Amino acid sequence: MTAQLDIDQLLDKLETGLRQVLNERDIDAPLMVGIRTGGVWLADLLSKRLQLETAPGELDISFYRDDFSRIGLNPRVRPSSLPFDTEGRDIILVDDVIMSGRTIRAAMNEIFDYGRPDSIILATLVDLGARELPIQPDVVGRSMTLASSQRVKLRGPDPLRIEVQEGGA
Amino acid sequence: MTDQGQSFHNLQLTDDGQLRHFLTLDGLDRQLLTDILDTADSFIEVGERTIKKVPLLRGRTVVNLFFESSTRTRSTFELAAKRLSADVLNLDISTSATSKGESLSDTLLNLEAMASDMFVVRHSQSGAPHFIAEHVTPGVAIINAGDGRHAHPTQAMLDMLTIRQHKGTFEGLKVAIVGDVLHSRVARSQIRALNELGAEEVRVIAPGTLLPRDVESLGCTVEFDMNRGMRDLDVVIMLRLQKERMEGALLPSEREFYRLYGLSQEKLALAKPDCIVMHPGPINRGVEIESAVADGPQSVILNQVTNGIAIRMAVMSMAMGGQLADRNRKQSEVVQP
Repeated sequence: MTAQLDIDQLLDKLETGLRQVLNERDIDAPLMVGIRTGGVWLADLLSKRLQLETAPGELDISFYRDDFSRIGLNPRVRPSSLPFDTEGRDIILVDDVIMSGRTIRAAMNEIFDYGRPDSIILATLVDLGARELPIQPDVVGRSMTLASSQRVKLRGPDPLRIEVQEGGA
Repeated sequence: MTDQGQSFHNLQLTDDGQLRHFLTLDGLDRQLLTDILDTADSFIEVGERTIKKVPLLRGRTVVNLFFESSTRTRSTFELAAKRLSADVLNLDISTSATSKGESLSDTLLNLEAMASDMFVVRHSQSGAPHFIAEHVTPGVAIINAGDGRHAHPTQAMLDMLTIRQHKGTFEGLKVAIVGDVLHSRVARSQIRALNELGAEEVRVIAPGTLLPRDVESLGCTVEFDMNRGMRDLDVVIMLRLQKERMEGALLPSEREFYRLYGLSQEKLALAKPDCIVMHPGPINRGVEIESAVADGPQSVILNQVTNGIAIRMAVMSMAMGGQLADRNRKQSEVVQP
């Protein structure tokens, strides 16, 4: 059993929320960074919607994961690519789903190895709660609570769609 | 597969096929070799950042155990370990306790007492890293940095990374390995890697005195005439003439060797126009290779050095990750009923 969420509605909400945060903080030329894989797809769409001049960067956080000592290295790691100077810039970090917050912690550690940004804004399409670290998104498409048998999956990139799967273990 | 290959295979992989030691390319399949190359690609990107470090081996201790001296290999292993955030201890054993009579086993026990997590081993005896991997405490990863005439797997893999960067793929490639194949652990590992990754032809070009017996059984063709052997080549790998390992009269003279098997501009012109020139270093200018070729536009010798750091980061992090995952899995098996 799979239920579809309305992706356009969620993207509209992210776009509106981001415009509001950028406006409040008086940021006019942010850089966008997506976390592989889903976050990269979303960053591409949001970057176009916000008419950002610089193409978004891509992060693969495999080298920064805190579970290396339990499961080893992800064999499908691909190079990160931040084709711009992040020093002193404002960054919008994009991911599809936030839960424990560990992915975001790893991503922020990686971003700081490229230089010191002025600020980071976090945007996630779905917030599933269940946080294990004090990390909260600034902008969320939708917050929801899942039953233990349910999983959220972003599929894409074209067409991009988001599903809630039942019994997906 | 030989019995020896089988035991290497079991020893260097975890039950679910992850790397936990890196001793030889024997028994590693195309998928795993490709994973190593892909992981190294990501580490190349790390080397281009402001902060060229990732936290994977933070808090781990890597011991460079060099029973045979080396500058390039040791320093690139050291840099690789440091870029993975490990603490690094360099031991040049040829000038230390073993020369005072300590046995290999005793040296190892002492190093293990320092809570080391990984040994990078170079030894003049073939099979020494394998011996150490069999006898070391479980959980410690062993990386072969060159053993006798047997293998030099990280050198072969950095060569594969360099070839893939310049040629995109191994399909259809004709690759020659030229010179002192007899004394070369690098050549053995290269032939194995090129065959596993799907190169069309691996050709060795050398005088009969510098070829091992049954060299074809390694998976290559043999050419004694370099002018003929250079034809249609996509890649030419020159080997260093290992003067320090020469016993007896294997060569008439260095000058004669250069005339017949040295890579000059004239000989290089016989290969494909986009043929790349490789050499594991250190190069003997005017012995295996003309300076104009070594420094020329087709030379990728310095790319090899840069790629060496990335390959060593990949192998070290994969082996350490395999050891840690293995330990974790075994602990949870004990806890669960």
